Amino acid sequence: MNENLFASFITPTMMGLPIVVLIIMFPSMLFPSTGRLVNNRLVSIQQWLIRMTTKQMMTIHSKKGQTWTLMLISLIMFIGSTNLLGLLPHSFTPTTQLSMNLGMAIPLWAGTVILGFRHKTKASLAHFLPQGTPLPLIPMLIIIETISLFIQPMALAVRLTANITAGHLLIHLIGGATLALMSISMTTAFITFIILILLTVLEFAVALIQAYVFTLLVSLYLHDNT
Amino acid sequence: MASVVPLKEKRLMEVKLGELPSWIMMRDFTPKGIAGAFQRGYHRYYNKYINVKKGGVAGVSMVLAAYVIFNYCRSYKELSKCLWLPCLQWGFP
Repeated sequence: MNENLFASFITPTMMGLPIVVLIIMFPSMLFPSTGRLVNNRLVSIQQWLIRMTTKQMMTIHSKKGQTWTLMLISLIMFIGSTNLLGLLPHSFTPTTQLSMNLGMAIPLWAGTVILGFRHKTKASLAHFLPQGTPLPLIPMLIIIETISLFIQPMALAVRLTANITAGHLLIHLIGGATLALMSISMTTAFITFIILILLTVLEFAVALIQAYVFTLLVSLYLHDNT
Repeated sequence: MASVVPLKEKRLMEVKLGELPSWIMMRDFTPKGIAGAFQRGYHRYYNKYINVKKGGVAGVSMVLAAYVIFNYCRSYKELSKCLWLPCLQWGFP
């Protein structure tokens, strides 16, 4: 049973060709380019959503931080659309793969840290020591702050992977339980079905929230460092 | 004046059945040609169903349904090994 439960998480290949590349590129097809002053409905809805998100996320940054707008907005669009598409039946979600999330988290976090060190060297180093610590505690606190700095990209990646993977697994398990219970007791199966519906609604929310959290944290690291 | 359109420039629906193999051989199978075919297909679909004044949910839904069917075909081999009902429906035993 264990082997088949995780079958939907293996990298998809078709006749030896890695079609995972096509699956990763698919969400970009759902965001058409805006050419005109008045666009079609799909593009108008997407433009409105993206403008709302941009205003919400990028107003807290300075001029220097706002140069990262394109990167952060495309990040949230990508993670959000990939997570939502993963809720369709039989689909493969690239963000369940730790390799991909690490590939997104580490360069972005490293970018913010290096930016901070280059432009505000004293302030970035000062982050390692909170204000008002007693003298004997200083060495230990610096070690702790360094560890907490280096754990940031790992936490970003693992948070996204674990949340999405756990959600998909729960949906599979509870769905299977509902079907298995149908032949035993209809009432219990009905209750389990209600749980499945609530879980699916939760998963829709989680898909969007995770995208937001990822991007927000990167933006926070950026704010600290610009 | 009767003008005969050369075989290469005819569209698929105008090609006679006997000419079909030679018409297929004359199509452009270079990477550029294939990319052009995908682009033409994309723009045909986009301009017919999405880039319209009162587009609805159907345009995007057809794309998502095709995506679901594509993924089903991709995982058919795994699914066909399942024998009982929950396994058939959800893809795991």
